[in-house]
Amino acid sequence: MTATLVEATFWTVLIPFLGAALSPWAVGILRKNAAWPLALLPFAVFVIFLGYAGRVATGETILISAPWVPSLGVTFSFYIDGLSTVFALLISGIGTFIVIYSGGYLGNHPHLGRFLSFIFLFMGAMLGLVLADNIITLFIFWELTSITSFLLIGFDHLRTASRRAALQALVVTGAGGLSLLAALLLMASVVGDMSLATILASGDLLRTSDWYFAIFLLVLGGAFTKSAQFPLHFWLPNAMEAPTPVSAYLHSATMVKAGVYLLMRVNPGLGGTEIWETVLPLFGGATLLVGTLLAVRQTDLKLMLAYTTVASLGLLVMLTGAGTEIAIKGAVLYLFAHSLFKGALFMVAGAIDHEAGTRDVTKLGGLRKAMPYTFAAACLAALSMAGFPPFIGFIAKEVLYEGIAFGSPWFVLMTAVAIVGNALMLVIGAAVALKPFLGEPVKTPKAAHEGPVSLWSGPMTLAIIGILTAFATGWTGSHLIGPMTSSILGVPTEVEIYLVPKKILPPLLSLATIALGVVIFMRLDTARAAMAGLLTAIGWGPDRGFDQVMRGMVSSSALVTRIAQPGSMQVYMVMTFVITAAFLHVPLFLRDGPAWPETPVMNFYEWAVLAIGIIGLISVIIAKTRLIAIISLGIQGFAVALIFLLFGAPDLSFTQFMVETLSVVILALVMTRLNLQPTDRRDTAQRIRDWFIAVACGSGFMMVMVGVAANPIDLTLSQFFAEYSRPIAHGRNIVNVILVDFRAIDTLGEIAVVAIAGLAVLALIRVRAKRKPAARLTRTAATPIPADRAAMPAPENV
Amino acid sequence: MQTVIFRTISPYLASLMMLFSVFVLLRGHNEPGGGFIGGLIAASALAIYGIANGVAPVRRAIRIHPMTLSGFGLFLGTIAGIPSFFQSVPFLTGLWVYPKLFGVEVPLSTPLVFDIGVYLVVIGAIGSIALALEERERD
Repeated sequence: MTATLVEATFWTVLIPFLGAALSPWAVGILRKNAAWPLALLPFAVFVIFLGYAGRVATGETILISAPWVPSLGVTFSFYIDGLSTVFALLISGIGTFIVIYSGGYLGNHPHLGRFLSFIFLFMGAMLGLVLADNIITLFIFWELTSITSFLLIGFDHLRTASRRAALQALVVTGAGGLSLLAALLLMASVVGDMSLATILASGDLLRTSDWYFAIFLLVLGGAFTKSAQFPLHFWLPNAMEAPTPVSAYLHSATMVKAGVYLLMRVNPGLGGTEIWETVLPLFGGATLLVGTLLAVRQTDLKLMLAYTTVASLGLLVMLTGAGTEIAIKGAVLYLFAHSLFKGALFMVAGAIDHEAGTRDVTKLGGLRKAMPYTFAAACLAALSMAGFPPFIGFIAKEVLYEGIAFGSPWFVLMTAVAIVGNALMLVIGAAVALKPFLGEPVKTPKAAHEGPVSLWSGPMTLAIIGILTAFATGWTGSHLIGPMTSSILGVPTEVEIYLVPKKILPPLLSLATIALGVVIFMRLDTARAAMAGLLTAIGWGPDRGFDQVMRGMVSSSALVTRIAQPGSMQVYMVMTFVITAAFLHVPLFLRDGPAWPETPVMNFYEWAVLAIGIIGLISVIIAKTRLIAIISLGIQGFAVALIFLLFGAPDLSFTQFMVETLSVVILALVMTRLNLQPTDRRDTAQRIRDWFIAVACGSGFMMVMVGVAANPIDLTLSQFFAEYSRPIAHGRNIVNVILVDFRAIDTLGEIAVVAIAGLAVLALIRVRAKRKPAARLTRTAATPIPADRAAMPAPENV
Repeated sequence: MQTVIFRTISPYLASLMMLFSVFVLLRGHNEPGGGFIGGLIAASALAIYGIANGVAPVRRAIRIHPMTLSGFGLFLGTIAGIPSFFQSVPFLTGLWVYPKLFGVEVPLSTPLVFDIGVYLVVIGAIGSIALALEERERD
């Protein structure tokens, strides 16, 4: 591992971010043609990772790390193994075509540059996510994918539906992100290391830990939200509000697979337990069935594909949970195949929408002549999706049947679910690829014709890769599928895949799937009507549940706000002081109060200062008007300042003088400004209550001070400051040195608070000024003072 | 507060307090004083002048809105920590230089810049509150 390689890898991960910075600028110059040169960036990443694939195939793993927050053990580190390499290849490879496709799809959209920038940002986040080794690095990139996907789904931000979908995706995946953070931190604390490679190597420690169940649930929280597992699947179809390149990239090929990636990544550490092998197939299987059934109901091409994506993710989770070597191999193959054919089909759907003006399958037909290349790409991708030979989808389906078809009744159930799910996916694949193209030409909103090369080159290439990888089984097995399977299992595994089945059962199951699929496809309209009727009968779905939860949160927070923030100053003050008094008295009451100290011997001037303070307080109580009370309080404050001065704290005393003076001035100003009544008009009951609270607070503070004074004072800090203030900080005034040097960062925080409090007060005063414009106007008119003052020559001496 | 005596002496009082506040600010590192106290004195000067002569002359005299001063103070306080990055020491570590000005060695330091920042924040925040409250018309 050479230094140059480390640097090269860091730069590779940064390439998409470079693209994000360049996009708006490039689009500014080249308009939509900018997509072509920009696509070179992800292509470069692809080529670099193709180089890694060769190294990883030999069993090598590469760990690259740079310190980030060394005091917390956080490093910026990347781990390149089979799993991350395959994901990186998919992200950069499909990303290349997505960038080209975006140029064609958005065309002369005024915000194409912004769009490409978001796509690149997402690409960088996703790349970082699959390569991350340190858990904090992983978490940050994970969140970055959520945020960039929010931006992309909400790209068309003038539409309410887009905004809702974006927010929904952010809420669901963001909540999952928090869950993931908790899971990662728990794992790190169990193992005692923040590197994923180390954590996952300590599988036995994790599995026997008391925290295993909590970690398991939290990991599922992260994975199931991101990968849209039932019943959290609803955000993904809604995310189809995004422009089609986003759907093709994020919501089929890459981001939604992040949850599956996470499960695969942690499989060596957390997998293999009974609960893992029960819960994952359960939710995965349910998602597969629900996803395909809901897909049948749809007529919008994108929504049909979106629900099958949900279903495919369910299938992947189910296989990951099954845990056998062949099942994992099947999952890896299927994940790979799915990214290719689903990305292609989404782009086809987008191209149809773009050229024909609609993507409602019932309003399309006979486009084969108008859009021959798109039709070809759609057919190739759909055949792979349906699992026909000689496509990679076929191999994937053979292997996954082999992985779950043998064994306990549990596995038989999984197989049954998989057959139904795959058959329905075949139906949808056929519907998307055939219905719009075959039959009599239907009049579409736009006169359909073949789109530009940027629109069909992507799906065509992905579909062809689906064939090539199926024929080049040797290379695919040794460079992609094998290393990735090894990473997921945590042990080196030799993988050989064949285009021609070796066992008899899987092809039979495939035949059964195809037969079932064809039968349903023939009666698709009936099936769709049946599903629509069923859903209407149920009438409630998680999507509506999401709205209900959000409404509930808003109304309950409104309720809490009404209770805690009634808007009455009196309530706030009473609550603040009552709680302060309680905090002071309860501990004193629970653990015997401090002993009363002996009266110290004091000089006469000390008695005098004390007397001034007491006189100040008495006059506060007996004051006739509020102004006098405020000034009397100032007297007491001055007495305290004098005490500070007598006991050798000149700085404190100095500040106390200034603060007291200014508080008197400001309080007096507030009084006049707020037009408070000059006299106190509280009734007796209120007075008694306030007296009681005041005495409780005062006595509480006094008792705490007595208690503190009774204990010996720890002088370590004072001595430190006294000793080092001069030699280290070159200052004799310890207080100031502490403020501006030793504890400067505290002071920075404090002055920020002072500045913000100043702004807030200013805003409050202005709000008040605006609320009564009429009253103020009359007063201004009645008193000519302002004009007088303005006219008076003012000495410019301040 | 519109007494003749108060109005007459307020310019002198306010300017003396301003001067004194700078003195207190600068000597703070070795003698009692510093940015916080200095800022409070300066804010009181603004308040006094405002009470005696009205807010408009004060606003004209200081030219910029006091809140801007406060923001600039926060900015100064933060950039006082920047040089520590170049020296690879923790953020806000005090760094000193001793240039000779007219043959006299003048110790300058990042804590001084920081303290001036504190001074400005306090004048700005307290001053703008006081002035806004004194303004009887509209803010």
